[in-house]
Amino acid sequence: MSEVQRVGEVIEASTTDFVAQCYELYQSPPLGSLVKTRDLGVELYGIVYNATTTSFEPGRRPIARGKDETTEEAVYQASPQLLKLLKSEFSALVVGHRQGDKLYHYLPPKPARIHGFVYLCSPEEVKEFSQSFDFLNILINTRLPVAMDELVAACLRQMSQVYEDRRIFLVAAGKELAILLSGNFNQLKAILERIKT
Amino acid sequence: MNEETKRLGIVTSGSLTKGVEVRLDSSASVEDMAVGRYVTIEGEKQRFFGMITDVSLGVIDQKLTLTPPDVSDPFMAEVLAGTSTYGTIHVSPYLTIGGNVASLLEGAQPVKTVPSHFSTVNLASQRDVELVFGGEDEKRFYIGTPLDMETKVCLDLDELVKRSNGIFGKSGTGKTFLTRLLLIGMLQKGTAANLVFDMHSEYGWEGRSEERRKVKALKQLFPSRVAVFTLDEESSRRRRVSTDFVVRIGYDEIEPEDIGLLRQTLNLTEASVQAVYQLYREFGNKRWIEATLELEDGDETKQLLTRLNIHDSTYRNLRRGLETIRRLPFLLPHAPDNPVKHILEYLDQGINVVLEFGRYTDITAYILVANLLTRRIHAQYRERMEKALGEDMAPPHPLVITIEEAHKFLNSEVSSQTIFGTIAREMRKYNVTLLVIDQRPSGIDDEVMSQMGTKITCLLDNERDIDSVLAGVSRKSELKSVLSRLESRQQALIFGHAVPMPVVIRTREYGSAQSYKEFIPSRETESRRQAEKDIEELWE
Repeated sequence: MSEVQRVGEVIEASTTDFVAQCYELYQSPPLGSLVKTRDLGVELYGIVYNATTTSFEPGRRPIARGKDETTEEAVYQASPQLLKLLKSEFSALVVGHRQGDKLYHYLPPKPARIHGFVYLCSPEEVKEFSQSFDFLNILINTRLPVAMDELVAACLRQMSQVYEDRRIFLVAAGKELAILLSGNFNQLKAILERIKT
Repeated sequence: MNEETKRLGIVTSGSLTKGVEVRLDSSASVEDMAVGRYVTIEGEKQRFFGMITDVSLGVIDQKLTLTPPDVSDPFMAEVLAGTSTYGTIHVSPYLTIGGNVASLLEGAQPVKTVPSHFSTVNLASQRDVELVFGGEDEKRFYIGTPLDMETKVCLDLDELVKRSNGIFGKSGTGKTFLTRLLLIGMLQKGTAANLVFDMHSEYGWEGRSEERRKVKALKQLFPSRVAVFTLDEESSRRRRVSTDFVVRIGYDEIEPEDIGLLRQTLNLTEASVQAVYQLYREFGNKRWIEATLELEDGDETKQLLTRLNIHDSTYRNLRRGLETIRRLPFLLPHAPDNPVKHILEYLDQGINVVLEFGRYTDITAYILVANLLTRRIHAQYRERMEKALGEDMAPPHPLVITIEEAHKFLNSEVSSQTIFGTIAREMRKYNVTLLVIDQRPSGIDDEVMSQMGTKITCLLDNERDIDSVLAGVSRKSELKSVLSRLESRQQALIFGHAVPMPVVIRTREYGSAQSYKEFIPSRETESRRQAEKDIEELWE
C-alpha cells in the first residue's frame, strides 16, 4: 500500500460535510478527490467540493503588494509573514464510511471530529470505493456552492486516474449517471462532455 | 457468454392478450433481434417460451429526441446505449416449458399467464426449441428449421391429416416445394393416402425449381408407392413419365352439380344451371348431355323447351357451355373404364395417386375433373366409414386430397355446392381431408378457412389475403408483422393444429441428391441405391 498523504485537519464538521484546514498554504487536494478522516472506529470518506484561501482574520483582507516586484514569487519573499496570515481550507462532502471491514456508501451515524486528520485516499482505496456508484446519488442531490455537474465530472476524472482502462470506468459511471439523471438530459450531457476521454 | 444462454433483457410490462414488453440490456443490440425468433423467459415458477413479434426503440427522456446527442462520439454513444436510449422487443409467450408438473409430464403447455416483472429473457437455446417442436420420429416429419437455428421443426403428421390444411403464398414463394415436402412426409410416414390433382404436372414426375433446375417428384422417389394417372397421355409420354393409368371420363358421369360448379368459368346464367336439372330429369342421368347436345333446331325442340319452361336464350347459353365441355379431349360419350374405381383401388393399397392434367391446365377441366372424381370418392369413403361404424370394423385409411387454385372451388359462391366445401367443413369425420394450395386465400370462403387445421403460409403481401389467412388466430396483429416480413423464398409461417405454436421456418432443402436420400426410408433399397448413384454422379 502506498503511503497515505496527510492533507489537513478538520476544523468544522456536520453530518453531511466537513471543512479541513491545510497544513501548508495552497496545499488543498484537487477538486473531486476522495479524502478520509477518522472518528473512533469509523472512517469517513469525503469528496472535496470546495477549496478556499483566505485571511486568518475575517475582517482583514489581503492587499495588493506586487506593484514594485517583478515576479509573484518575489511578493512572498518580500513579505514572509504572508504565509502566516493566510490559510487554505477545503470542504468535503461526506459520501460514505467504513466500519470494521465494511464499506458503506451512505452517511455515517456521526459527523467527523474536530482536529481529526484528513488524508488523501490511496489509489487502492479509491478503487475499492468506486466499485459502487452509489455515492453519485449523494453528489447529485446535495445543494452545494459549486455546480453539481462540475463536481461530478471532476470527481469521476479523479477516480478514473487510478484505473488502467479509464474508459471502461467512465462508461460505467456514465451509464449510472444516465439512470440517475434520466429526467434531465441536458445535465447528463454536460457531465458526459466533461468526462469524455 | 456462450450462445446457449444469451441474455437479452428483462420483462418490463405486458399482458396475456397483448404479449410482454422486454427491455433489452445494453449488451444486446436491437439490430441483432429479428421478428420470428424464439426466446425463453425465466419466470419465478415457470419457464415461458415465446416469439419476438416486434422490435422498437425507446428513450428515457423525450428531450433526447428533440435535441439528439452527438453519437458520432463513441463515448457518448456507448454511455447512452441501453440507459437513456434502449431497445425493446415485444414477445408473445405461447408455451410454458418445464417448471411445473404438467409441462414436465406432457411437454409444452399453452400459456395461461404472463411472467412476473423483471423476469430474465434469454434467446432460446437449441434444446428449448427441440423440446417444443420435437425431434423427427415415426409420426413427426422434419419440415424445416427455425430462423438462425439448426434445430429441426417437425410436424405431427397424424394430427395434420385429421383436419383440412392449407398452403398459401404468393406465386413463386415456394408453395409447390412445400407441398412436395408435405406429400413426401405423408408418404414416408404412411399417415395417409394422397390423391393429388396436379394441375401443372409437377408432383408426380419431375418439376423445375425457380432456377430452372430439375427436381425429382414423388414417383421418382417412391416408385412403388405412387401411381401417376394422366388426362393427357401425349404430354406425359413426351415428358417420359411412366404413367399407370390414362383417365377418360364419360359424359354419363357428369351430373348437374358439376355444371353448377362451372357456372363462372363457363359463363352460365343462373337460369341455365336450373335448366340443367330439368334436362337431367327429362333425359335421365346417363345421357342427358348427349341428348341436350343432339337437340336440333326445330319445332320439336321448341316444344320441349316450352314444356320444360326453358327460355330460348337460356338454352343457347347452356348449349354454348356444354359445347366447351365437349371439346375437352379426355371426355368421351362413354368411358371405357371407370377412373374412380381405379383410383380407389390404388388408394386402398396405400398407393398415392397423382393425377396429371398435362396440357389441360384450363380451369374448366380442372374443376370438372377434380369435383367429379372427388364427389364419387367422397361417397365411397362415407359409405365405408358408416359401415365401419356400424360393423365395428377398421375405418378406411385417411385420405388427403390435394387441390390447387382452391379459391375456384371454395369461394363463397360455390363452396356450399362443391364437394370440397363439404369436405372442408365436415369430412374429417369420414377420414377425408383436403390439402388446399392457393395464392389468393381471400377468395376462399371464410367458413372453410376457419375450419382448416394447420395453415402453412409463405410470403403474402396483399392485405386482404393476410387477413383471411390469419382470421380467427389469437394475436393476429403480431403474426401479421411476422408474416409480411417473411423472405420471398424458402420461408414459411406455420400455425395451427399440428404445431404447438406458430413457427417461422426455413424450409428443408429439397432438390439435391443428398436431400432425396434423406427422404427415402431404408427399406426402399432400390431407390436408395439410385439416390446414392446420383450422389456419385455429382462427383464425376
